[in-house]
Amino acid sequence: MKTFLEEVNERINGVPIQRCYHCRKCTAGCPLAFAMEYNPNRIIKMIQLGMKREVLTSSTIWLCASCETCITRCPNQVDIARMMDVLREMAIREGIPAKEKNVLSFHQAFLSCIRSRGRINEPLMMVNYKLRSGDLFSDMGMGIDMFLKGKLPLISPKTKDLKAVRDIFEKTK
Amino acid sequence: MKVSYYPGCSLHGTAKEYDQSVKAVCAALGIELKEVEDWSCCGATAAHSTNFNLSVALPARNLASIEASGLNEVLVPCAACFNRFKSAQHHLAHDDKLRGEITKIIGQPYRGSAVIKHPIGVFHDDVGLDRIAEKVVKKLTGLKPVSYYGCLLVRPPEVCQFENYEHPYMLDDVLMVLGADVKQWSFKTDCCGGSLTISRTEIVNRLVDRLMTMAREAGANCVVTACPVCMANLDARASENLKLPVFYFTELMALAFGLPGTSNWLKLHMVDPTPLMGGLGLI
Repeated sequence: MKTFLEEVNERINGVPIQRCYHCRKCTAGCPLAFAMEYNPNRIIKMIQLGMKREVLTSSTIWLCASCETCITRCPNQVDIARMMDVLREMAIREGIPAKEKNVLSFHQAFLSCIRSRGRINEPLMMVNYKLRSGDLFSDMGMGIDMFLKGKLPLISPKTKDLKAVRDIFEKTK
Repeated sequence: MKVSYYPGCSLHGTAKEYDQSVKAVCAALGIELKEVEDWSCCGATAAHSTNFNLSVALPARNLASIEASGLNEVLVPCAACFNRFKSAQHHLAHDDKLRGEITKIIGQPYRGSAVIKHPIGVFHDDVGLDRIAEKVVKKLTGLKPVSYYGCLLVRPPEVCQFENYEHPYMLDDVLMVLGADVKQWSFKTDCCGGSLTISRTEIVNRLVDRLMTMAREAGANCVVTACPVCMANLDARASENLKLPVFYFTELMALAFGLPGTSNWLKLHMVDPTPLMGGLGLI
């Protein structure tokens, strides 16, 4: 059986994360580190220690905004942003509930909109998100303001060849 | 010069002033745009955060369509779409097995020959600052912007192939040619929080407030961006006492070129830029 570390490295398919020597440059430059449960370099150490459950149930993997500052500055080219993608994907595949459930709900609402229309219609996507998250009333004022400015069209063109888009979703399941 | 044009979803909704101003500036500079045939969403953060193959296949479908059109150069104004296109192309160029799989998934040939460009690169490098200067009829005197590139246009550098990715200058150069008094700051590429704006709004409030505080400290009276996600966050998520007007760089180019439409675009912003612009006699 593969170790957690081997599994993560295989999915990253690039520089093995054990090349990290914990200089903490990733954490120092991470704009979201202040809100994270574990700092990015700590996640690397936890993966090496086989702490799969703790990593995949942490808020860190969902709060990473994919700004790519870490990989840009890592002296060892460890792709931490890609690692976070891999960890999120593993958590979803293993059915582990997201600690930041609204972050995942947003991604799901977004993808559901692409699947049904080929393109994002922002008001429809927001309704989908609000139903999933139960966060019904935030940003209502701003939404109305944008609607009145004509920035949230209720009707917008779809991709015509929707079958091609749905095939992509089916084949990448 | 004729190129493919991929607006992406935002430019048909919350960022429509970006779409319209890019088109106006391109027309003025003699760049003809042909919208990508039956395009679909790039997948954005949602796809790459949850499903790697999906995050490559969605842009690949559009890239294949661009290649088939014969207009291989594609202009992508949204920094998020630009980044997803560049990333997909990068992964597909470096992994033959993935390329085989993705070609099957999208059901059409993929050569990897599309040339993905952001308008700031096209205007700065292909058109050139001299030709931009020739088009200026109204100098943006009194405007003191800081330029804000955000993340997705510049990182990771080996994918985005952006020069001086820690301290880029393309937007600054263009704004200076337009006559603006560009202020220097060290937050050009600091993250605004991106799509967390919906799901974890208070985090984005904090990041945006920091950016606005630093922009003010640098002596700026506005912020200029090249990304619809940055625009949405900077324009809507700052605290009342820190707010500054935010512009797409193309709106300011259109204004300096004397093109029609600018005042309509400015009305669409959340932070009303008309007191600033009116006070400076720019509108």
